[in-house]
Amino acid sequence: MVSAAEILSVAAFLEGYCAQAFPSFGSERMGAPVVAFCRLDNKEIRLREPVMTPDALVVQDPTLLHQVDLFKGLDTRGYLLINSRRGYRDLGLGDYVKRFPPHHISTVAATEWALEYVGRPLPNAALLGAFAAVTRRVKLESVTAAIRRKFPGKIGDANAAAAAKAYDSIRTN
Amino acid sequence: MLEQIEGSHAVAKAIALCHPEVVCAYPITPQTHIVERLNEFVAMGELGNCQYINVESEFGALSVAIGASAAGARTYTATASQGLLFMAEAVYNAAGLGLPIVMTIGNRAIGAPINIWNDHGDSMALRDAGWIQLHAETNQEAADLHIQAFKLAERLSAPVMVCMDGFILTHAYEQVEIPDQAQVDAFLPPFQPRQVLDPSAPYSIGAMVGPEAFMEVRYLAHDKLLQALSVIPEIQREFEDIFGRDSGGLFHGYRMEDAETVVVTMGSVAGTVKDTVDELREDGARIGVITLCSYRPFPLDGLRHAMRRTSRVIVLEKSLALGFGGVLASDVRMALQGVDTHVHTVIAGLGGRPITRESLTRLFRRAERGELKDPHFLDLDLDIVRREIDNQRGQIAAGPIAENILREIGPRASKAG
Repeated sequence: MVSAAEILSVAAFLEGYCAQAFPSFGSERMGAPVVAFCRLDNKEIRLREPVMTPDALVVQDPTLLHQVDLFKGLDTRGYLLINSRRGYRDLGLGDYVKRFPPHHISTVAATEWALEYVGRPLPNAALLGAFAAVTRRVKLESVTAAIRRKFPGKIGDANAAAAAKAYDSIRTN
Repeated sequence: MLEQIEGSHAVAKAIALCHPEVVCAYPITPQTHIVERLNEFVAMGELGNCQYINVESEFGALSVAIGASAAGARTYTATASQGLLFMAEAVYNAAGLGLPIVMTIGNRAIGAPINIWNDHGDSMALRDAGWIQLHAETNQEAADLHIQAFKLAERLSAPVMVCMDGFILTHAYEQVEIPDQAQVDAFLPPFQPRQVLDPSAPYSIGAMVGPEAFMEVRYLAHDKLLQALSVIPEIQREFEDIFGRDSGGLFHGYRMEDAETVVVTMGSVAGTVKDTVDELREDGARIGVITLCSYRPFPLDGLRHAMRRTSRVIVLEKSLALGFGGVLASDVRMALQGVDTHVHTVIAGLGGRPITRESLTRLFRRAERGELKDPHFLDLDLDIVRREIDNQRGQIAAGPIAENILREIGPRASKAG
């Protein structure tokens, strides 16, 4: 998740935004719940507080849905993206998401795309491709360019392909 | 080149541009990414004849740095929190010997209870060790301050700590202009040490000094830091001439023109404070900000002049002197001797507690209404504190305070209770 925020900030930077990405580490071990934040603006970002009222929320691990209050502060005009091959109704969120504009919400099978394209269950790239498709705040090309900067070579290509697949899967729906 | 880069990596690049000859460090969160990246540069042969020395501890890290610097090498290390405390004896020695070592502090709270997040307890604990202490507000300033730090350290033959807020800056990705090598070379001359340990022309440093001269030696160490009060602004100007950016210096004023209330603070929280002040200004408040860059030496005269017409000063600090109150606030009061103004102490952000615009807005409004007690602890949960005080008073075997509080907060945080 920390890398996803970082890559999103780089994608936005490539489009001329000021961008700030930072993590909030719960504890230093693999598998612990982690929150990372990203701010985009057209002017210098001075604010250092955590993002408490996000315009967009990306949930990488849907098993967190019933453990923590994930949606706190999320505005119903905002965007919601969950990594799951199931729909919102199956996730038990059918009623909750009714308050959002329909094109602002999506689930995406990011882990499945990652397994198919990258061979490992690392859903960041696919989630970012989906983020670009849902929010239209950054272009897919910027996301894939940022992914390739982070992961040069074959791994970057594979992740970029996963991002493009996730992007297309939402845009064609 | 303008890069979207992690703060730690921007600092590593800035250090690399300064051509250090010895880098030695022991990993500790949140500074580790800096020295990790420098180690990569050395391993890839990108740092010329620089040696990266692995050590067994922080005490070893600074001790090796002392040896390297005394032998005439431009020397860098980094640490944080307990790491700084573990090297404390060597911290004093580096200053006492007048060795121009540059060290990053990724500011982090000190335990117990163990806490990896940001506050200023670590560098504050060693504020009087004889090091120059500079605080960065942004990652751009963190990178710039490291380049300035070598010049400052070597001009005065004194060690410099560059303090940057752990995680908030070290782990944040934002835009940083990474200077060209040619610019850095034009700004920073090769290291010409004032003293060198050299087997071909031997002399000793660090000799015993008795009562007949120790006062004078200490006075001269004090005087050296006072000289830094004029050298720091000189270097700030030299830096701006070459790099075209105003970075560093003793302190920065923001919207001070007609300010009746001034917030004095240090480090990355200044950004949040400025955003809050902009909002309050729109509502007509006459409020400004002073962000201190040089904490040691402390610019007493400069601050007094900047705040001579201020009726209210709010010192917002991430440190707490237990059994006393504010650390920075106490220094600011010293600066404002003879000025008719009220100084509020506000302790905030300990152990990484977020400092939010919402809380700051409430705080500044309360201060303007004269409703702040001194010291004020921002967003302190008084219910929990009072219950635990009662618990500790009520029974001898009351148990460990930190664990008691976690037990109480746990169900609330996870919404289970």
